[in-house]
Amino acid sequence: MSDSDLPAGVERREIAGETRLATRGPPVYGEPTADGWRAWDPRRSKLGGMFELGFVTGLTGGETVLYLGAASGTTVSHVADFAGPTYAVEFAPRPARDLLDAARPRDRLFPLLKDARKPESYAHVVEVDVDAIVQDVATRGQATVAARNARFLADDGRLLLAVKARSEDATADPSDVFDAALDELRETYEILETRRLDRYHEDHLGVVATPQ
Amino acid sequence: MTDTDAEAGWFAGRAAVAAARDRIANGEADQPRDWPALAVASGFADSTDDYYDRLHEETLGATRETVRERERADDQQLIHVVRAMDDCERTANELAERAAEWAGSLFDDPEPGIEGARAVADREPDGELERRAVSLAGRVTGLAAERDALAETIDRIAPAVAPNLAEMAGAELAARLIALAGGLESLAKKPSGTVQVLGAEDALFAHLSGRAPSPKHGIIYTHDYVRNTRPEDRGSAARALAGKLTLAARVDYYSGERRATLHEEIRERMATIRARAEAESDGGAEGGA
Ligand SMILES: C[S@@+](CC[C@H](N)C(=O)[O-])C[C@H]1O[C@@H](n2cnc3c(N)ncnc32)[C@H](O)[C@@H]1O
Repeated sequence: MSDSDLPAGVERREIAGETRLATRGPPVYGEPTADGWRAWDPRRSKLGGMFELGFVTGLTGGETVLYLGAASGTTVSHVADFAGPTYAVEFAPRPARDLLDAARPRDRLFPLLKDARKPESYAHVVEVDVDAIVQDVATRGQATVAARNARFLADDGRLLLAVKARSEDATADPSDVFDAALDELRETYEILETRRLDRYHEDHLGVVATPQ
Repeated sequence: MTDTDAEAGWFAGRAAVAAARDRIANGEADQPRDWPALAVASGFADSTDDYYDRLHEETLGATRETVRERERADDQQLIHVVRAMDDCERTANELAERAAEWAGSLFDDPEPGIEGARAVADREPDGELERRAVSLAGRVTGLAAERDALAETIDRIAPAVAPNLAEMAGAELAARLIALAGGLESLAKKPSGTVQVLGAEDALFAHLSGRAPSPKHGIIYTHDYVRNTRPEDRGSAARALAGKLTLAARVDYYSGERRATLHEEIRERMATIRARAEAESDGGAEGGA
């Protein structure tokens, strides 16, 4: 992909002898660093994989982001490095403990222990009209989660979604699972781009969408 | 924007830190709004930057507290519940024996056990001694009811504490494994060979001191995959199950995410073990004919 499609604050840097996708910030999970830049491993991050695969994410840097399924903060820490205010929703206490460590030194990363299926439980904290929702919840009902959270997204905002086939149905053919998820998404969003993330994440579909 | 808009935000009322954190953790709103602007307009924050600084501080604090609370609440509580359940059951059975023996000396043909105690508890006592014997039987049924209520609590909370482990083992066995290990963390850190014999410490000790063969399984024996597998395959069934239960505990401890493949894999592995048994018993029947 051409580097001009990367948001400001995401660069290809020479780290440990390799050219790696990277953001600038305090290290989080033992990733290699050089000159304050931290390598962003597309194998450990669906959004990182989407950048490597050249998705047109619409991100330019500095935007307000709602991140659903933050886990221990691997990806959302990179997001907070290049974006503006970043709300990180995660519902499992254990990964949230590590998320706190990633959020502490990032003054615009806001960790929230919440269930993404219940946006009412954080709508009093997360602001309206965020520029992007990044979703990686890997749980049943991924399209429903995206639809319910559409209320936070600006009209011209972007949904950057990773759908994990096995979370919906471990036995079905992934393409059938993806088709069903996209059908459900179309009720709320216009789909701009979809591609399999298999090079980095087996049986995952990457989706870029915008509110209808 | 009106004041009532700001009222719906986490920062409403310019409350003390503890209250703000409580609102972040437990508050609700139907719709998001432009909270930064509302917070500035309502005087909560001097500027958007000031607002975000405070939001950062308070979300860190609120999330840290909720995480701690949940962690304290979960696996250790489950251990208390499972131990209390076992105590209730053991005590109910012991006391039922005493109550039955006593009732036998006062009434005609009472039944033994908890059911017997229930019948005695329903009787109209006559005189002080009968009153005490009937009342004792009533305590037995009360303990038995408490045991059942504790079992229901385990069914409810085990899947929250350890979703994959509870799905694979069933709520009660999951709780017992966690209790035997002393917590989800220590269960997640045990090698699967240890998980396989958890609950068989006596047998293991006898083995280590050279007095007995090594135990093939501990508490996981109660799982259908082990118990309902023919004796010569139980060792491999127990090993396979212990391996997957250990992985389930690790996923629960480190990520909390449901991992469907884990459940598929153990189902397939067990199907293979059982298919082998069937093939062999078919083969044996033919050979004998
Ligand atoms: C695949 S992991 C996310 C990894 C993370 N996005 C990263 O790249 O660093 C999925 C996470 O979503 C969380 N999750 C699943 N369902 C959720 C829900 N309903 N609400 C919030 N988080 C959820 C899980 O607890 C898990 O931590």
